Amino acid sequence: MARTSLSRRGFIAASLLAGGGVAFEFALPLGRASAQGMDATPITAFVRILPDNRVVIGGKNAEIGQGAKTMLPMLIAEELDVAWDNVTVEQTDADATIYGAQSAGGSRTTGREWLPMRQAGAAARAMLLAAAAQEWGVPVSTLTSTQGRVLHEASGRAAPYATFAAGAASQTAPDPVRLTLKDPSAFRIVGTRVMGVDTPAITQGKPLFGIDVDRPGMLHAVLETCPAVGGRFVSANLDEIRAMPGIEHVFVIEGDGQAESLLDGVAILSKSWWSADQARLALQVEWDTRAVEGYSTQGYAKCAGEALDRGPEKTVLDKGDVATALEGARQRVTARYAVPILAHGTLEPQNTTALFTGDAIEIWSPTQNPESGRALVAAALGLEKEAIRIHFTRIGGGFGRRLMGDYMVQAAAIAAKVPGVPVKLLYSRQDEFRRDFFRAGAWHELEAGIDAAGRLTAFRDHYVTFGVDAEPSRGAEVAAGIVPANLLAHARIEQSLIATNLPTGWLRAPRSNSLGFVLLSFLDEVAQAGGRDLPALLLELLGEEARTIPGSGPREADFQTGRARGVIEKVLAMADWAGRDGLESGRGKGFGFYFSHAGYFAVVVEAQVTGGEVQVPRVWAAGDVGSQIVNPLNAEQQVRGAVIEGLGQALAGQEITQADGAVEQANFDTHPFMRMDAVPEIEVAFVPSDNGPTGLGEPALPPVVGALVNAVFAATGRRIRKLPLREEDLV
Amino acid sequence: MAIRFTINGDETTLDVDPAKPLLWTLREDIGLPGTKFGCGAGLCGACTVHVDGVATRSCITPVGLIEGQSVTTIEAAGADPVGHHVVAAWCALDVPQCGYCQAGQIMNATALLHEVPEPSDADIDAAMAGNLCRCASYTRIRAAIKDAAQKAKKA
Ligand code: FES
Ligand code: FES
Repeated sequence: MARTSLSRRGFIAASLLAGGGVAFEFALPLGRASAQGMDATPITAFVRILPDNRVVIGGKNAEIGQGAKTMLPMLIAEELDVAWDNVTVEQTDADATIYGAQSAGGSRTTGREWLPMRQAGAAARAMLLAAAAQEWGVPVSTLTSTQGRVLHEASGRAAPYATFAAGAASQTAPDPVRLTLKDPSAFRIVGTRVMGVDTPAITQGKPLFGIDVDRPGMLHAVLETCPAVGGRFVSANLDEIRAMPGIEHVFVIEGDGQAESLLDGVAILSKSWWSADQARLALQVEWDTRAVEGYSTQGYAKCAGEALDRGPEKTVLDKGDVATALEGARQRVTARYAVPILAHGTLEPQNTTALFTGDAIEIWSPTQNPESGRALVAAALGLEKEAIRIHFTRIGGGFGRRLMGDYMVQAAAIAAKVPGVPVKLLYSRQDEFRRDFFRAGAWHELEAGIDAAGRLTAFRDHYVTFGVDAEPSRGAEVAAGIVPANLLAHARIEQSLIATNLPTGWLRAPRSNSLGFVLLSFLDEVAQAGGRDLPALLLELLGEEARTIPGSGPREADFQTGRARGVIEKVLAMADWAGRDGLESGRGKGFGFYFSHAGYFAVVVEAQVTGGEVQVPRVWAAGDVGSQIVNPLNAEQQVRGAVIEGLGQALAGQEITQADGAVEQANFDTHPFMRMDAVPEIEVAFVPSDNGPTGLGEPALPPVVGALVNAVFAATGRRIRKLPLREEDLV
Repeated sequence: MAIRFTINGDETTLDVDPAKPLLWTLREDIGLPGTKFGCGAGLCGACTVHVDGVATRSCITPVGLIEGQSVTTIEAAGADPVGHHVVAAWCALDVPQCGYCQAGQIMNATALLHEVPEPSDADIDAAMAGNLCRCASYTRIRAAIKDAAQKAKKA
């Protein structure tokens, strides 16, 4: 396809395809995206109209199962005014200079792309109409379109878009901000239930994923790294491994000591991944683990307990006068909570295929964050960014693991040792647990003051997590804008840090997935002490009158109390909260509300506790993610997936433990995820509001764990202050 | 060592280490990458295929053991009279999220429906609990199995 270069301000150009179709390219100069607090970046996307009037739309973002590959082209097709059945979606390459942001993270895609993608479609349509006006000699204002055809009502003329391909190619690009976009009431695609564009191919076993990449002459690689993250390579029986059948290359990868880019390791290359992995069984490596072998689960708990006893190292938020407010309170509630380290467990293990050619490298990768990977590869190999070509593949689960680019660097470093030979690096499941970027562990001491009327008046949270030099490690920090701190006159958040050798990272709804449990369970305790239930306590804090509380940082969205109230009231009605006292013994309903990623979610969980066993028969979830659900078919799945993931974090027994610096879990038996037999009925409702649409991959998760433990409390009177839930906590 | 078996209806003879798991034989030697690697230890079900009609974890099945047997993979699932309805139901309900587990889910569900044409929820739970969906598309997997059962019954 022909491609023109981009001007600084951005423009829209159309150029003829060799086959006679027309290609539109968009680099829209865009203002702030509609959602508050979201990054706004210039975007490009492709629309091609083929001679038979079929439309090919470029899906430009990483597809991890969140639906971006379907949803973004829906937005383009809507404003282009074509029939969805006539659209084919193609995955674009990863290239920020053409496509703008292509990452899948922070539930940002919907908010960021809602306007630009529609403008991309509207601009293409405007150019086609302009071409038709010229050809027919009529004013463009007299033309309309429907389903891929241009209409001139006065004369009754009509022709398919493809007729005007050549003419459209020579049109000047419209200024995107001047384009008239459809009124939502005229939407024919957006808001309808659209099947994922790859669904048929998935059900036929087509090679879509990174693991399926196959290049001529390709070798397969395994990379052995130290069981204790950060251990340095000393020596290994490399010659012995080299002599094994089917082994092509064995070499040492010298790391830079950074898990984010490259750790020391031994790479084994073969024509068969299985052979390489088998050879690994005979590999004997001596590692120097002196710097990292002291870290253990027990050690963390001890250090964290001591830190809580000692008092905070740093104050993150200090609002009003917490000390005085607590002193003057009628009642004080104090509790300590603990949250375990978790792994991501994407079902497709990390992998990347790379072909190094001396001064350039071509990469095929299932990455959520291609540009970060590009920068890391450039630094590790000493290449210019332009010398790195990245092809996107479909991604077998992200959950934040693939925001890191370590596996891309590892593959590139291995490929650089065998120039001209494509190499696919694939992790074993054990590698996944060795080289994850874990959800950080956290320990909290919380305190609340309650006034004579039972109202929450002051709140303090001293949390301990991993980090160094007053900087919490990735994904471990607590934002100052959390509920209830943002709603109270007196609130303080304090921090202390402990050391670890484990790299931490972003797990679906980072920070919030951990805080949702701690805060909602503690607030349930506070509500009980004040003689009310948790939703009543929250509604009281929110107040009757809707107001907007600014986010606590540039990346934090503002908090709108009216939207919070809307979803809380909705879920209470859905779950018959008022009638919960009628439940049989051993059953209870628990409530949770959380605001994250610009989305508002309230959840009620019903738990049945029998002996030491917790079952969840039903969950209700109500969310407000703005005015429009782009693809309800996918949206419901996102919420259900988040609900089940949240339940699994508490109920499935997930916990990463460590001894001598090494993670003790190696597969799904010891770090289990929810299975079919534990899945509840989940009722999902969206509460539309007059706000720009925002993302759905994450915000439904954080309230789930809190609601679950609150349900367990309602059923048993037992307060769960440490995850995962264990049988001994219940009997 | 030469091993003879049938793959998606075609007789094949392969010279391959009999200890090599069927999963990697399919992916690397036969060129059928639809069958997925998830755990390599029989714990996730992503690698499920049919061996003589029985749902089998191909990651822990040495290819030497299937000498003379008949293997069906996701690539041929739609050609099976029941599998055809399963695949159609998977599309109609848009079951996949990331999609990575779905080859295994479809193969396992098809084997279930061959054995129990009208499964109860308990039957589905028991048969499908070995198939992990990290994205948790379980609600739709359950619904799609029931949908396929209905369609297969009418057919
Ligand atoms: S890969 Fe075979 S069961 Fe997981
Ligand atoms: S759809 Fe992602 S693992 Fe099942």
